Amino acid sequence: MAVKVRIPTPLQRLTQGKEEVEGTPGTIINLVNELEKKFPGIGERISEGGKIRRFVNIYVNEEDIRFLQAEATVVKDGDEVSIVPAIAGGNSQEVI
Amino acid sequence: MGYVSGLKCRECGREYPVDPIYVCEFCFGPLEVVYDYKKIKKVLTKKNIKSRGENLWRYKELLPIDGEPQVGLESGFTPLIKADNLAKELGVSELYVKDDTVAHPTLSFKDRVVAVALTKAKEFGFDTVACASTGNLAHSVSAHGAKAGFKRFVFIPANLEASKIVASLVYEPNLVAVDGNYDEVNRLCSEIANKYKWAFVNINIRPFYAEGSKTQGFEIIEQLDWKAPDNVVVPCASGSLLTKVWKSFKEFKKIGILKKLDTKVFAAQATGCSPIVAAIKQGTDVIRPVKPDTIAKSLAIGNPADGFYACQVVRETGGYGEDVSDKEIIDGIKLLAKTEGIFAETAGGVTVACTKKLIESGKIGRDEITVICITGNGLKTQEALTGQTTEVHYIKPNLAAFEEILKKIQK
Repeated sequence: MAVKVRIPTPLQRLTQGKEEVEGTPGTIINLVNELEKKFPGIGERISEGGKIRRFVNIYVNEEDIRFLQAEATVVKDGDEVSIVPAIAGGNSQEVI
Repeated sequence: MGYVSGLKCRECGREYPVDPIYVCEFCFGPLEVVYDYKKIKKVLTKKNIKSRGENLWRYKELLPIDGEPQVGLESGFTPLIKADNLAKELGVSELYVKDDTVAHPTLSFKDRVVAVALTKAKEFGFDTVACASTGNLAHSVSAHGAKAGFKRFVFIPANLEASKIVASLVYEPNLVAVDGNYDEVNRLCSEIANKYKWAFVNINIRPFYAEGSKTQGFEIIEQLDWKAPDNVVVPCASGSLLTKVWKSFKEFKKIGILKKLDTKVFAAQATGCSPIVAAIKQGTDVIRPVKPDTIAKSLAIGNPADGFYACQVVRETGGYGEDVSDKEIIDGIKLLAKTEGIFAETAGGVTVACTKKLIESGKIGRDEITVICITGNGLKTQEALTGQTTEVHYIKPNLAAFEEILKKIQK
């Protein structure tokens, strides 16, 4: 078993149309670097200078990594990682 | 003929033509409307503005439309109230309330942004408009959309209170109640927006929609006789309104309408959802998302996408941020009502209570000119005041009964 990574539609061009790819356990930032090796170009879309881009949300088993240890969050076999572009201005609750 | 030259990513600077798009294809950053200010400067003068109708379109050159305004022709230009009673109560010399509790047609500042969004939707050729919301935005899209002849889809979480539903349903939109929480409603709406060619005002029309907030700032300047205040206090949900109010001030400076601008911009949030103010207080740009728990539901965005930019504005202008408890929010609503006769929704209570704290801590000077932005009407969130108001005096229909109660009242 590996780590499952769900790829958002705008990035699937870089993963040959795959919605889900596999990665090895470790920190989120290592996982992003690993994705970059497999799918060149994806790394800079998600991160910049070792940090996840401000308008990219990453969830580990449905929890936002900013509630965990951000880029240093460790994922293990069987974990599910989702990469979700934040809707700009975007938020979970547009209520006002 | 419009004055917009294109869209530009706020993060990486990539440029895009004017289209119903909202994120940078490369880095997912938000897109911002770019104007040709040289051209605007020649047309948009004080004299020209004053000659136009008293509505938000009097600043149309600084709004992202190509042709003439088509929706919300009577929206905007709400009163700027000189709040002497509240000023006295708070111990400051000059205080103004920008009163969007009387915005046309649905009593919140959302009438501004939706007027702009739906005009743009017409220009793009959409026949259907949509949004995900439970409150002010749903009401405004339903109402403006009815008048403008759009098909309307309004998405809400299924567990919403009946009173909020009626204020949308009366305009007969297609109201879709989704079995899920706000997150799920929004996720669904993004998928729908990808598949159907509809104008989702807060998704694919967002760059244009958000620009409508600037009209609140333009009006403040005009109503202060073309001067900028020393301080402006703005409630923050996504942080968009705060950044746009500041943008409006800067634009008026840029086109020469304002000679001098050193306004400090202050952010107001509820303690139960204060990711922006927390970042300001900690002196960082990093917004840590929170799970909202506050009666100020219209401000309850735990992961505010414009939060970073709002923090930058506050820092750049030398302002600050403050947050207040639910109790303080109620007290804020009541204080505004009993001093100025204005009944604001919970977000207004947040703004008043934060302003009080900012004055007490000296962040806002007592002899300075301060404007507070009140963004929605209290009639919409009456349940927040249940058990928190004074009591009704019940009497029998005779004079003796009345005089008995009068004695108690006059004690």
